[in-house]
Amino acid sequence: MGEVKKFMYVNRKAPFGTIYALESLEVVLIAAAFDQDVSMVFMDDGVYQLKKGVDTKAIEVKNFQPTYRALDDYDVNKLYVEAEALEARGLTAGDLCVPVEVLTRAQIGKLMEEQDILLSF
Amino acid sequence: MALEVGGKSVETDEEGYLTSLSDWSEDVAKAIAKVENIDMNENHWEVVNFLRDYYNEFQIAPAVRVLTKAIGKKLGPEKGNSQYLYELFPYGPAKQACKIAGLPKPTGCV
Amino acid sequence: MLHIVNKSPLDRNSLEACVAAAQAGGALLLIEDGVYAATRGNTAATALKSALDRLTVYVLAPDLAARGMSDALIEGVRLVDYGGFVDLVAEHSTCQSWL
Repeated sequence: MGEVKKFMYVNRKAPFGTIYALESLEVVLIAAAFDQDVSMVFMDDGVYQLKKGVDTKAIEVKNFQPTYRALDDYDVNKLYVEAEALEARGLTAGDLCVPVEVLTRAQIGKLMEEQDILLSF
Repeated sequence: MALEVGGKSVETDEEGYLTSLSDWSEDVAKAIAKVENIDMNENHWEVVNFLRDYYNEFQIAPAVRVLTKAIGKKLGPEKGNSQYLYELFPYGPAKQACKIAGLPKPTGCV
Repeated sequence: MLHIVNKSPLDRNSLEACVAAAQAGGALLLIEDGVYAATRGNTAATALKSALDRLTVYVLAPDLAARGMSDALIEGVRLVDYGGFVDLVAEHSTCQSWL
């Protein structure tokens, strides 16, 4: 096993309009097997991925929101959410399905500088 | 591929995983176990049922490392270790037990 | 004319372009990620309010529910199901999708 690297997954898309959110989640779960230092960031429309109360029965799409609650089992527990994005969408951390750390865009930008690898979805 | 259970045909993929989760029943599980050469006892059922509960809650079949940890938390350390689980499911607890539980192939199974 | 917008107002300018072009008396249907425009607190709600003055605005209910936003629908917007979507298309002689 090599040196532990810092991986950041940056999520900027709403959950169902494109396949990015689900793909990101699956990549995170698969990559979790490699015991790296993983964090997930939710910015812009990406914050909608965590908006609780999802009901996809009528659109006949799999509801993958419960899987965000399994991230902790996979030792992925650094979840960062952009404060400005929540604000612009009338949301608060209380509207989200998992506990997160709310950071400003500037703070997220700073965290990005500390990463070895950034993956964008 | 298809599996014959009680005169009914149940669709599976080329690796033997159920195509549709809703096709699962205990009889289907027994039929898959037979193909896998597993004689189901109560310890096997305990893991299979644990996996089904996990899937219901999180919509995901857990990777073996996660399964081991989660079983240890719920059923105790004597069951939450890979030796115990591999004795029950020699070809891999996540892969074989998930197949018998009617779940998709585990995410994070590399 | 029926205008259909399926993109999030904070991701693309589809809604803005549509509202700028749409003539009074028309209908606007928000589907898929377009439904976010009709949720309380969204910064696009102002653009939508101006649309409400001139257009009848509809939201596809299944898409709103899928996104966990049913409780946040702003006032004055009408909900339709898939049958209502079909009716809207049938009622209007022309239809413009702002992709």
